[in-house]
Amino acid sequence: MSEADTLVSVTDGWELSPSVALRPEPFGALAYHFGNRKLTFLKTPALVTLVRALGDAPDVAAAMDAAGVPEQQRPAYLAALTGLARTDMIRPRTEPGSGAERRAS
Amino acid sequence: MTLAPERPAAPRPAMAAGSPTAPASLVQQFELGLDAPICLTWELTYACNLACAHCLSSSGRRDPRELSTEQCKAVIDELERMQVFYVNIGGGEPTVRPDFWELVEYAVAHHVGVKFSTNGVRLTPERARWLAGPATGGYVDVQISLDGATAEVNDRVRGPGSYDTAITALRNLHEAGFADAKVSVVCTRENIGQLDEFKAIADRYGATLRLTRLRPSGRGADVWDELHPLPAQQRELYDWLMANGEKVLTGDSFFHLAAFGPEDGSGALPGLNLCGAGRVVCLIDPIGDVYACPFAIHEEFLAGNILTDGGFGRVWQDSELFAELRAPQTGGACASCSFYDSCRGGCMAAKFFTGLPLDGPDPECVQGYGEHALTAPREVPAASQDHSRVVPPRNAPVLLTLQRRPPASACDESPLAGMDLSS
Repeated sequence: MSEADTLVSVTDGWELSPSVALRPEPFGALAYHFGNRKLTFLKTPALVTLVRALGDAPDVAAAMDAAGVPEQQRPAYLAALTGLARTDMIRPRTEPGSGAERRAS
Repeated sequence: MTLAPERPAAPRPAMAAGSPTAPASLVQQFELGLDAPICLTWELTYACNLACAHCLSSSGRRDPRELSTEQCKAVIDELERMQVFYVNIGGGEPTVRPDFWELVEYAVAHHVGVKFSTNGVRLTPERARWLAGPATGGYVDVQISLDGATAEVNDRVRGPGSYDTAITALRNLHEAGFADAKVSVVCTRENIGQLDEFKAIADRYGATLRLTRLRPSGRGADVWDELHPLPAQQRELYDWLMANGEKVLTGDSFFHLAAFGPEDGSGALPGLNLCGAGRVVCLIDPIGDVYACPFAIHEEFLAGNILTDGGFGRVWQDSELFAELRAPQTGGACASCSFYDSCRGGCMAAKFFTGLPLDGPDPECVQGYGEHALTAPREVPAASQDHSRVVPPRNAPVLLTLQRRPPASACDESPLAGMDLSS
């Protein structure tokens, strides 16, 4: 997957990879990918809320709304999501009935 | 209480995903401990078919108190509840337990990934195919121990025939289509010069090289003086890791080498550059004792027992020892060293088993303070457990035989030896 493919945009639909488990910790959460064995640290509780919200939101912007990410911090959180996308912690939502389709309605 | 100086936040690629809005550094969070370990080592048995000279758990004989299959499954259930994502299984030689493969299958079915260390003795072509197949769900990693890139260097430490066993296991895994086995090497004075050859072996079998540090733990205490890398070899290792590190695993065990880099810590190797004992790592031994780290199997670092202290979670969360280890550390004699932020005082187990103070320099401190400390009066702690076989097996390594301690007094050999009976 090229970098361009994994660049997260606010208008895309994303979700937590099915191979990833999140473990709550005082600082946020640990994310472990059982497939590629990558361990990643979600360093704020808000990022955890955002990542969990991705799957149910029509797009990243809506997930940020749901997670209460302040406007001025959104670029930083978008960068964090891109980092997570590069290691397949989150992946683009492709199944019917979500993401693009909901955005269109 | 003095808080240790905070290390400049220098997120590494593997740890970087997160927000720049983090309230405290991750290092600081780790030093205070996590709700469950990130990295848990579980020695399943003290039994071993080999008798490696540097065995960190002094293994050989099975302990009659070792956990039963059902008790092991209960541990796995608890690890699943605590979301310990994977467990590093070792020993002893874990695969000699008759229920080993059953436990592997049970763990992966309960979302606890398995990385197990073996000398390869049970990795037949048939078993390799099983590991590559659906039973393990792709959640099993295999580490084959190899401490020399040639039979000569390896077998001197691990025993005659052990090189061939390891290479055969690697070949079996490769031919079965098991992807990405690990070739796990303890770096010693005798094998540092073989790093490129180790890499070539790993490449040949589609495996990944993993280098770890020799600790003076277990029987390793007996051979550490002879086997630990010399100062120039430490530099050689550091330079090699900086050049090849991207594709080589280290178990985060060489953080004491970070002080070869600049004072700002920017020369650190990838991974967690601090002692994780009782904070993010720990060890469960074959009888259910929980120790602060895999290299500290000694009563001084015993946190509790999973059978008698209410389970692993209780020990992890309530142990007084772990609470102490998670309290802010001052750096002690190292606090004034400008490299303290890089190495954070090094390895607790290495200091303890060489008789050095825990708040002073690592015996292999790359700034040379360890060598100096080793010349001061010190007492090496006596082992608190030893499962070595009483009679050395036929395949005992030469080094072990050579290292037999001489009798402390003539009476240890013969009750009459040296006595003058003429008067």
